Amino acid sequence: MSETVIEVRGLRKSYGEVEAVAGLDLTVHRGEVMALLGPNGAGKTTTVEILEGHRDRDEGEISILGHDPEERSPDLRRRVGIVLQTTGVEPYLTVGETIEQFRGFYPSPLHLDEVLEMVGLSDLRDRRVKKLSGGQQRRLDVAIGLAGNPELLFLDEPTTGFDPSARRGAWDMIRNLRSLGKTVLLTTHYMDEAQSLADRVAILVHGQIVAEGPPAILTGDGRLTTIRFRGSAEGLPPEVGEPEIDDGMVRIHTTEPTRALHVLTAWAAARGEELPELTVTKPSLEDVYLELTEGSS
Amino acid sequence: MSEARLAARQILYENRAFWRNPPAAFFTFAFPLIFLVIFNMLFGNEEIEVPGGRTTASTFFVPAIATFAIVNATFTNLATSIPFARDQGLLKRYRGTPLPGWAYLTARVAHAIVVTILLVGIVTAFGALLYGVDAPTNTLPGVLVALAVGGFAFCSLGLAMTAIIPNADAGPAIVNAVILPLLFISDVFIQTDQAPAWVSTLGSVFPVKHLSEALQTAFNPFHAGAGFEWGHVGIVAAWGVAGLILAIRFFSWEPRT
Repeated sequence: MSETVIEVRGLRKSYGEVEAVAGLDLTVHRGEVMALLGPNGAGKTTTVEILEGHRDRDEGEISILGHDPEERSPDLRRRVGIVLQTTGVEPYLTVGETIEQFRGFYPSPLHLDEVLEMVGLSDLRDRRVKKLSGGQQRRLDVAIGLAGNPELLFLDEPTTGFDPSARRGAWDMIRNLRSLGKTVLLTTHYMDEAQSLADRVAILVHGQIVAEGPPAILTGDGRLTTIRFRGSAEGLPPEVGEPEIDDGMVRIHTTEPTRALHVLTAWAAARGEELPELTVTKPSLEDVYLELTEGSS
Repeated sequence: MSEARLAARQILYENRAFWRNPPAAFFTFAFPLIFLVIFNMLFGNEEIEVPGGRTTASTFFVPAIATFAIVNATFTNLATSIPFARDQGLLKRYRGTPLPGWAYLTARVAHAIVVTILLVGIVTAFGALLYGVDAPTNTLPGVLVALAVGGFAFCSLGLAMTAIIPNADAGPAIVNAVILPLLFISDVFIQTDQAPAWVSTLGSVFPVKHLSEALQTAFNPFHAGAGFEWGHVGIVAAWGVAGLILAIRFFSWEPRT
């Protein structure tokens, strides 16, 4: 396995009576895009802020690029980029000046043009920060996080509040980061974002990781596939499984979709019937997520 | 890059951001001048007694408004703008970079002191040109020492003050409630000769009056020495050190509420 960039064991953090992070383990390898997915209040931001060094933990072991973030080591600051959820900038400086200002904090920053290009702000280089739209401002946040050419980038809800086209743009940008070999820890509550960007997803509920793995495995592997059609389940061969009937739709949940479908279609064909609106669906990450987080928020 | 260079570079960015907002910059400088003009219009020609002779009240108002300008450009400025930057997340953003916290705050303080020096210069020039108040010559060292110590002390106190300001919206209200009464009992806007003794004594506890006293001496045209008032300057410095200790202990990089 490749080099470990983030290693967390038994992380705990409480605010008064509330345990925000309750024994969390997490490993992120170099070059990986890892998404922390969970409902509001699941402990995503607390976890990320502890890893960033903005908060102290109660218990647990953390190593970020070989450092404990609580020590606030300058070496770590130089190697990590942080994009927080809420951020301010000097409103009267231009986009170029702002990125330049932050570049200057690092020993080997990216070139200004390169950063502007990566986040798609090249044309707005001389615009005052105050005049940027919400989406452009968020791209500037990412630009500031990237300015120092970090090995590891924290992105806390990078696309919250974006319109769909701005989100696609941000996704392209994050994919671009992966192609550059950056390690990214991303938090999001958008399922499709995690599914489309992340190499691995960790689902966080009540401060603990309840499922973890590549999106394809989280949604595959032993999960039920659903076969659906409009009509009646009368006379359905029992080997396809127990049907669920709702509003004229028949649903069959199965772990063996190929066999079930074969039986079902043979049964329909023998009766000379069509199965209207027939669909076969694998669970989406959203279904898995909803199943795992049920009753938590 | 060394941390000292990071701090120096940050001063340039603070300075650039300041001048990019001309209305804000203009009124930063105009505000004390408006007070200078008003007080001189109302009371400037009255004759007053100062150590060494008699002169016009304008000679009192120039160092008094210089005191007001120092307090305004340091204490009031930092105690209102830092909670704003804190609420916006700007402080937290810097906190996540290799820029050390002390370097950021030093840059803010240095910039405030640059503005203060310009302001005191402008107030002095205005006083000389419009009201015939002698600009300090032999007492210039006294002016500079009072300015340096006052600038440092009121910046420290402004940073300490941010610890009791819960959010940016509350900032101006809290700062004004603290500083305006203090200016009135500290012989800045009016002299407290006629006031009950306890008012004057209360004023003497706080640093504003001592800064004002030090500058009054340094602007006194009859003063023959270098204009030092070590006693007053010492008390201002002591407040500054106390402010610095509180600021270091209680300063927050994250929004409080």
